[in-house]
Amino acid sequence: MTDSIKLSIYRRDPDLDTAPRYQTYEIQPEPGQTVLMALYHILDNVDKSIAFRASCRSAVCGSCGMHINGQNRLACETQLAPLGNEILIEPLPHLPVLKDLVVDMTAFWDKYEKVRPYLIAMKNPPEKERLQSPAQRKRIDEFIDCILCACCHSTCTLDAWSNDYLGPAALAKAYRFVADTRDEGGVERLKIVASEEGVFRCHTIFNCTEECPKKISPTFAIQEMKKKVLVAKFSGKM
Amino acid sequence: MKHQVIVVGGGLAGLRAAVESAMLGADTAVLSLLYPVRSHSGAAQGGVNAALANMPECKDDTPAKHAYDTVKGSDFLADQDCAEILTSDAPVRIYELEHWGVPFSRTPEGRIAQRPFGGAGYPRTCYASDKTGLYILHTLNEQAVKHGIKVYNEWAVLSLARDGAMNHGLVAMNLQTGEIASFGADAVIIATGGAGRIFRRTSNAMQSTGYTLGMAYRAGVPLKDMEFVQFHPTTIIGTNILMTEGARGEGGYLVNNQGERFMSKYAPKAMELAPRDIVSRSIQIEINEGHGFPDGGGCVHLDLRHLGREKILERLPGIRDLAISFLGIDCIEKPVPIQPGQHFIMGGIDTDKDGATILPGVFAAGECASVSVHGANRLGGNSLLECVVMGQRAGAAAGNFVKAKSSAIQDAVLNDAVKKTSADVDALLKSDGKERLVTLRDTMAQTMTDNIGIFREEKPMADALATMRELRARFRDIGVDAKNRKFNLDLLRTIELGGMLDAAETIAAGALARKESRGAHSRLDFKTRDDANWMKHTLAHFTPDGARLEYESVVQTKWQPEERKY
Repeated sequence: MTDSIKLSIYRRDPDLDTAPRYQTYEIQPEPGQTVLMALYHILDNVDKSIAFRASCRSAVCGSCGMHINGQNRLACETQLAPLGNEILIEPLPHLPVLKDLVVDMTAFWDKYEKVRPYLIAMKNPPEKERLQSPAQRKRIDEFIDCILCACCHSTCTLDAWSNDYLGPAALAKAYRFVADTRDEGGVERLKIVASEEGVFRCHTIFNCTEECPKKISPTFAIQEMKKKVLVAKFSGKM
Repeated sequence: MKHQVIVVGGGLAGLRAAVESAMLGADTAVLSLLYPVRSHSGAAQGGVNAALANMPECKDDTPAKHAYDTVKGSDFLADQDCAEILTSDAPVRIYELEHWGVPFSRTPEGRIAQRPFGGAGYPRTCYASDKTGLYILHTLNEQAVKHGIKVYNEWAVLSLARDGAMNHGLVAMNLQTGEIASFGADAVIIATGGAGRIFRRTSNAMQSTGYTLGMAYRAGVPLKDMEFVQFHPTTIIGTNILMTEGARGEGGYLVNNQGERFMSKYAPKAMELAPRDIVSRSIQIEINEGHGFPDGGGCVHLDLRHLGREKILERLPGIRDLAISFLGIDCIEKPVPIQPGQHFIMGGIDTDKDGATILPGVFAAGECASVSVHGANRLGGNSLLECVVMGQRAGAAAGNFVKAKSSAIQDAVLNDAVKKTSADVDALLKSDGKERLVTLRDTMAQTMTDNIGIFREEKPMADALATMRELRARFRDIGVDAKNRKFNLDLLRTIELGGMLDAAETIAAGALARKESRGAHSRLDFKTRDDANWMKHTLAHFTPDGARLEYESVVQTKWQPEERKY
């Protein structure tokens, strides 16, 4: 039998508690068990008051981003075994806590909406599909994989602290359209990201890139858009 | 809070419906248990069917051929007029998704790429690597933002607010605060997805409970064809996370412990690309006859190694990551151990071809509904299609319904409904009942998996029906341990269990009554299809004593039932 492990979980209901506390649960890990499975085990059998978000449990819905042993990760795809015998589970840092591991996502979604996160098409579409070559499609490969889990938003040293900075998730979403040959948002969208609270606010610390569970580099997207903004400005389009 | 149209559920069907009704000018809101992009549509991998004829091998594909494949795949239980609508609307809906920005994979000519899928005569499944559902879901969410559709995030619908004649809205609980409130709506569209969590082995999300099926059923809307439950052939052992049918579409093999591609015994022509009911049964037979591997309680291997690194990285990167994360297996180097798992429910809330139910003001679309386009077995790639086709149709029907509606929403009905539902929740929170969620839920899920699985027979099904009725009785004595209303998962999951038990009972009752084998309903004691007596839909009506079953004939247009050979 394997040794038991201790999960130390951040607990707080801001309506009732003046300060957070860490509650420790001891469990017998099973082979292949993930952090999310351990949370469900605790919810089912030990403590029914614990609150966390989860749904797909296959790393595609983006619900279960949390801070696990000091790193933002998806609980559902994080195996317990490599984490050691004492595991610290906290909500995504720098975000207001609603309860336990559940954080307030309002600012995150507000920023997403600000970049006009949808394909902008000026011309009427053809009767069938627009043509796009496999090579053109490949340019957005990385950025369409974003699941909006907010791991980058929470780890960015500017984003979670500032209601104004658009931040890595929203900027990567903007780039997904900027780089899409079908999008005609052009200068209009670049104006949004070229603002004082847009791409030039990024300090290029790469926290977002380091902690993205989908291995996306918002920093790359931001740098590419900086270049596009400069080109647009120098050529008089902006 | 009042809107002309409220869509419950923010997945593919719900968002597509909301966009349609908003485009028609109706004041539309979405009320969703999750942020919409968290919906389980996002886990759909392989693709969405439409006869676009984009590949060299499918130049003579047509919607009519797609309809025939759908009807044959359904084992002749689909309503043929609905299957024709599904497949003739398909190209329009797919081009529209492309115009809205879905990043489909492309052919060398730049057209939407298509791959072969089970039970289809042509490569007809439009795909975006193996993350098609994720990309469509995010694109539709983007369209909802563009249209300024109001979304009530993290609200759980609890009940419908109806009087004798029609529906006036719903009652829901805000998970973030615990507040219970009524929402007036001239039309409600239920689009809450699957019910996989009724079973133990399922590919579905934790939130795919299907509890809203119980809600609609108790409000007087019958559930149709609930006994038809799809078991997907290839789910990862243990977690039952999906490995897309696209893996076989791209040429993957199923192999038993003798190293044989055993599908040659069961579907010599179609091999691994026979429809899902047939492939799942074949895998289960191999396991039962000792030709499987012992891991995960019995499995066979999905072998992709011969596809090569490049093709796997280009076409199937998502499932490669999943097998690495959850099994520590890289499918480029090793076969993946898989077993069948519950994946989809063909049955659901009974609707007509426009998503309307028999209760005026209530519509349904997507997996939670049964039109029926899938009949006794759904073809892979037809569920995302159902979501966008039926979502659009239900959104249009609801939008037109509210325009034509002459009566106003009755506040008295809403007030009564919120009072009654709040009292029920208060009583649950205060209950000193002995029963608890986990025991009842696990008994339900284990019994359904063991007794109403891939192969069925009289005695286990009768036992399961008795167990569901007993669990329903025990549920009346249930209590919750967590009392704080805010983000109370104990409370939410207990409420969900109530609806799940209703839905589970209709599955058991429908399955026990249907004395034939058809599609996914495969009985060891009635091994053949019986068109004379059973080519008909089951309708389960709620009564306090349990489901009352009625039957309704199947709509036939062009095709006579024939033997299904692949």
